[in-house]
Amino acid sequence: MTSQAPQAPPEQITYANLLFYGSWGAIAILLITFFVYVSGVFESYIPINEISQYWSMPVSQYVQEANIPIGWGWATLIGKGDFLNFIGIVLLAGMTIVCYIVILPYYIKQKDIAFVVLIILEVLVLCLGASGIFGTGGH
Amino acid sequence: MILFFFCFVLGIIAVLAGVGGGVLYVPLVSGFFPFHLDFVRGTGLLVALAGALAAGPGLLKRNFANLRLALPVALIASSCAIVGALVGLALPTNIIQIALGATIIFIALLITFSKNVERPVVEKQDGIGGALKMAGAYLEPSTGELIEWKTHRTLPGLLLFIVIGFMAGMFGLGAGWANVPVLNLLMGAPLKLSVGTSKFLLSITDTSAAWIYLNQGCVIPLMAVPSIVGLMLGSFVGVRILAVAKPKVIRYIVISVLLFAGIKALLKGLGI
Repeated sequence: MTSQAPQAPPEQITYANLLFYGSWGAIAILLITFFVYVSGVFESYIPINEISQYWSMPVSQYVQEANIPIGWGWATLIGKGDFLNFIGIVLLAGMTIVCYIVILPYYIKQKDIAFVVLIILEVLVLCLGASGIFGTGGH
Repeated sequence: MILFFFCFVLGIIAVLAGVGGGVLYVPLVSGFFPFHLDFVRGTGLLVALAGALAAGPGLLKRNFANLRLALPVALIASSCAIVGALVGLALPTNIIQIALGATIIFIALLITFSKNVERPVVEKQDGIGGALKMAGAYLEPSTGELIEWKTHRTLPGLLLFIVIGFMAGMFGLGAGWANVPVLNLLMGAPLKLSVGTSKFLLSITDTSAAWIYLNQGCVIPLMAVPSIVGLMLGSFVGVRILAVAKPKVIRYIVISVLLFAGIKALLKGLGI
């Protein structure tokens, strides 16, 4: 006898839907901005034919020699073809934070204190990682 | 273009062998392309992240990934992934190469000898698992059977995610290779749920570490975008080939490739 598939909890469905539209949207943006970048419509911060000079260096040397901004400094160069790609990348990396914030009310409604605390802590951890506070240093 | 096709093939192989893209991407791309390990690790995390984000919705909706199981584990793993990423970027490259080589060889051996259990027996749920309501059910499509599950040995499982998260951040590998045995063999989650939750878990763990690499300048779009897209397209093709392929043969090929890549990274780190 076959059983009926158990319904996923509503917060799980909400998370899944948001993740679906958010991540595929981010990947679509990534593809569009990449084609804009390689087509040369926008001037690149580092010309495409010069990138190969840098990609075998340690990141600290690359940042110094190519004068690459660290932390959220890339946002000031968003008009450049190469840094335009960061929109999609940042959306991909930011989707989880958005999903966590959206499902928080479900656990508050259920008075599930443990998961409310877990979610708030996770959002704080991810925001700390994303903040760029740790954006300096390197070897 | 070469990188795109290389990643496309990697994506196919990863699906057929049942491993994540990151674990193949980092050792192989750092071994065979001129990119510095810092950029390879940053891109490796984005590759694993994109794959996990794309797979996550389907897994969550079908209950093959479970938020109750994933969220507590994710908090530990993602916090430690940040620490791992910071340590990984602070250490000299040759030390990271040596540690990466040793880890890749260990992963190859783990894949060879690890005997995951389809449905582990959990007689009694432990206190932490019970308090966090780590239990649920899903429908096994191949048999039409309702599989109910709960966890045990939750505390040692959670503690192991400290190490898993740290290594994921340090090497940019993703961590499916370690998530699955811990969830399945130690915590007693069924294999299908372990694989699904592990994949979803990467979308959280890798996010935290990816931000560190991103903020330090380790992402070069000309390298990252073809890698992400190539691996994702390869994964889609891989899923279709899976129906007709002999995964066991592919598995042995992957183990051999990982051993080769691990030894290569180890020798590179030792300057040999």
